[in-house]
Amino acid sequence: MRRSVFAVLVAAVPLFAAGAILAQDAPRLRGPEPFTRETPAPPMQRQITDDVRVTRNYPDQPPVIPHSIEGYAVDLNANKCMSCHARKFTEQSQAPMISVTHYQDRAGNTLGGLAPRRYVCVACHVPQTTARPLVENVFTDMDALTEPEGQAQRRQR
Amino acid sequence: MAAGITRAWGWFRGNRWVKTALSPPAYLSLGFLTLGGFVAGVIFWGGFNTALEYTNTEKFCVGCHEMEANVFEELKGTIHFTNRSGVRAGCPDCHVPHEWTNKIARKMQASKEVWGHIFGSIDTRDKFLAMRKHLAEREWERMKANDSLECRNCHSSESMDLVKQNPRAASAHEQFLFTGEKTCIDCHKGIAHKLPDMSGVPGWQ
Repeated sequence: MRRSVFAVLVAAVPLFAAGAILAQDAPRLRGPEPFTRETPAPPMQRQITDDVRVTRNYPDQPPVIPHSIEGYAVDLNANKCMSCHARKFTEQSQAPMISVTHYQDRAGNTLGGLAPRRYVCVACHVPQTTARPLVENVFTDMDALTEPEGQAQRRQR
Repeated sequence: MAAGITRAWGWFRGNRWVKTALSPPAYLSLGFLTLGGFVAGVIFWGGFNTALEYTNTEKFCVGCHEMEANVFEELKGTIHFTNRSGVRAGCPDCHVPHEWTNKIARKMQASKEVWGHIFGSIDTRDKFLAMRKHLAEREWERMKANDSLECRNCHSSESMDLVKQNPRAASAHEQFLFTGEKTCIDCHKGIAHKLPDMSGVPGWQ
């Protein structure tokens, strides 16, 4: 009896140790311990403003904003984004026009202007910063699985 | 009519104060009057200018709660109030011309704003919001008329280095600003305060 208890304890040691080691490895996302303690906010990350369009990771992804939007009004009175991205302003701004889906209501009826449900641009479209991800991103592009080149490699194997 | 004018002129010449003002000095010397006039002029002009400059301070502007509770509160979050280099543009930097003649002209127009303050035309938040488009339009018109002079007091197109701007801004400035097709305020509206309802304003929808 005593022997089996000892065996169980010995067997449990690597489990606890592994837990402790892995816990050190993972970034802490829950804030300070205890949570009532106040800590200084981390510095603001620098925005990416190079105006280079970023590939969408999947066809339906809202494109990210490659420019600064600091101080842009998107409220009841004004929508600064539309000053460049609205259909009639794209010639002078050379900005991409908002997608045609943005002129449709949810029943698919085409409206005369920007659909109210699409009004708040930053609900889906966001600028990027130079912040490094807290955890590794293992996302794989769909094309990596379906592209002919990839299939050719697989066929060789 | 003619008799009336003659009577008024007669009364004017017969007035005791006018007589004193128009007769040569009986006791005071020419030197005293010249120097005294000069000193009085210095004091008067100095006082006038000091008072004028006092009305050109942020402290004076936000002395009225209309300014403090609405527009100054909004300015606080913007890049013209706090930024990396620590240069601040206060109220008069953008809203009062720096050159003397234009400054006096603006100050005379501002007497209407004193009227508005006394009679409380925007003394509540709701009144201010209702008037906001009108107020903003007046400022846009003023800045369009003087080719965004107050912007250009600091931001000159000659000293603008396009290479250091991002490509989007550089091409827009090249296309519209340098050709004189547009002036600063045509595109840069609402950079220091919140915008009014922009429906109907060119370039907005």
